Amino acid sequence: MFAIFKKELRAYFINPVGYVYVGIFLAASALICAFTTYQQASYDASGYFQFLLLMMGVLIPLLTMRLFSEERKTRTEQLLLTAPVSITGMVLGKYFAALALFGASVLVSCINLFPLVSYSIIEQSTATSDVHVGLVGGQVIGCLCGVLMVGAAFIAIGLFISSLTESQLSAAVVTIAVLMVMMLTNFFNSIINSAAVRTVLNWISILARFDRFALGMFDFSAVLYYVSIAGVFIFLTVRIYDKRRWG
Amino acid sequence: MIKIDHLVKNYGANCAVDDISFEIAPGEIVGFLGPNGAGKSTTMNILTGYLSSTSGRVMVDGLNVLDAPLEVKRRIGYLPEQPPLYPDMTVEEYLIFVYNLKGCTLNRTKHLQEICEVVKLTDVKGRLIRNLSKGYKQRVGIAQALVGNPPVIIFDEPTVGLDPKQIIEIRNLIRNLGKDHTVILSTHILQEVQAVCDRIIIINKGRVVADELTENINRVAANSFRYQVKICGPQKEVLSMLKNRPDVVYAEVMAARDGDAYIYQVESNRGVDIRKSLFYAVAERGWAMVGLEPLGMSLEDIFISVVDKTSADAAERGAKGGKKPRGKSLEKDIAQSILDATAEKQESIAPYAGDED
Repeated sequence: MFAIFKKELRAYFINPVGYVYVGIFLAASALICAFTTYQQASYDASGYFQFLLLMMGVLIPLLTMRLFSEERKTRTEQLLLTAPVSITGMVLGKYFAALALFGASVLVSCINLFPLVSYSIIEQSTATSDVHVGLVGGQVIGCLCGVLMVGAAFIAIGLFISSLTESQLSAAVVTIAVLMVMMLTNFFNSIINSAAVRTVLNWISILARFDRFALGMFDFSAVLYYVSIAGVFIFLTVRIYDKRRWG
Repeated sequence: MIKIDHLVKNYGANCAVDDISFEIAPGEIVGFLGPNGAGKSTTMNILTGYLSSTSGRVMVDGLNVLDAPLEVKRRIGYLPEQPPLYPDMTVEEYLIFVYNLKGCTLNRTKHLQEICEVVKLTDVKGRLIRNLSKGYKQRVGIAQALVGNPPVIIFDEPTVGLDPKQIIEIRNLIRNLGKDHTVILSTHILQEVQAVCDRIIIINKGRVVADELTENINRVAANSFRYQVKICGPQKEVLSMLKNRPDVVYAEVMAARDGDAYIYQVESNRGVDIRKSLFYAVAERGWAMVGLEPLGMSLEDIFISVVDKTSADAAERGAKGGKKPRGKSLEKDIAQSILDATAEKQESIAPYAGDED
């Protein structure tokens, strides 16, 4: 499993796709940060993280699209499946490789918040009253956890879709579509009258669950939700490979 | 070492492998021979745990592939039909990846160096697999199968697409591996198994048609019954003479000519040597026979001969009160296989005819 993890992580930086992902992620997150905080003259980072989620819906498919579809196309999966590694080990190796790159890019993007911090220190020193000026630590940490959790769920979904097709492009397109639908379902709430449907849509929606992180609360039900999405899709991917053997 | 017991694999309604059983002893080099689509690759994929069987049992080293897949996979080195290579890696990186993947405990640098020497990859170690020629790619595939020094090595059509020199090298390599490994090799080229294997298992339409030692197959193959004859004389008369000879089942004049001699292809009844009588018959009429050479047997011919022989053996046994012969259904299969494979016949023999020396 560790061999596959290492190989996948390396593959991101042999192919252009890893650089494209990291480059776009860092550039776009910096822009989003500038627009949602500096330009608004605001220390509220919740908008930044919410837009970050939307961006992930487009960027994470870049990470996951090739994981299985390329192996299937070049028939290299035959090597992995005839090696003394269980299918679960193979799937997890690939999953954690994508998760590691994603996590690293999120952590690096925290640089975006440094100017905000230094700015707030200056402002605090000149402030006359005792009011807290600057980022709210709880909110930032909660949102970071939330983003990582959502990323973990998204990667599992992308991984699953990649195992269904030989074409990287269709894997990417389908993953983007699925992620967008999952995120935006609660936007339809405003045009739906039925309270029951609204509750269901809210329940499904990934963004609605993120709200409490944005308020600086650590929401265990949301964490459970994200982790179980990740678990279910990893399980389904393993089943896909198991089924293909018997097909 | 390997025991396959009533193996069946269906793809939907399609039956790829139909009740195959055989056993392979440690240290044997076994050739899996059959036309394209006979079920060779499917059998190998099941053996390596890549596919699962519909029914039947596969045991490697006393372990069932389904019960202990990882243990079995650890004992098998596999080169699939298309070598599973990552074009973005260098040869060395790739072998290190395979080494880690297989969880080997041997000394890495030393082990990989040995393998590279055996398959002659040392010169291209640092090159990207993408840039290697087909022959080198094939060798990297073989090297991959050897990593971890597994006791069983399975090669699926290892010499496809290689030039004659590379083919000979790879055959020698396989023969050397056979000294301390159990090797299974699949191919649709008869000469290949004749050159390398101790034992030949011929499969067709998902069934084992014959399971013989190579010597026996060679003996059958030596009994050629198709000849190319060059005769100087009036074309029509010669042809009608050839057609009217009692043991000749088929005669045809070829387009090519050799000086003033026409070239004919003649096929005799099996088991009858017509060469002598033909020579005298030609001489009697005052024509000159300037050439007579047996044409090699094709895979299909071997099928027929071997099956005839085995069913005759079985009939003998049957007469002595043993098992009943099961020649009937086999013969039907074979008849079909001839129809299917006539197109392939020439190509499967011709390009490799000369590389035995």
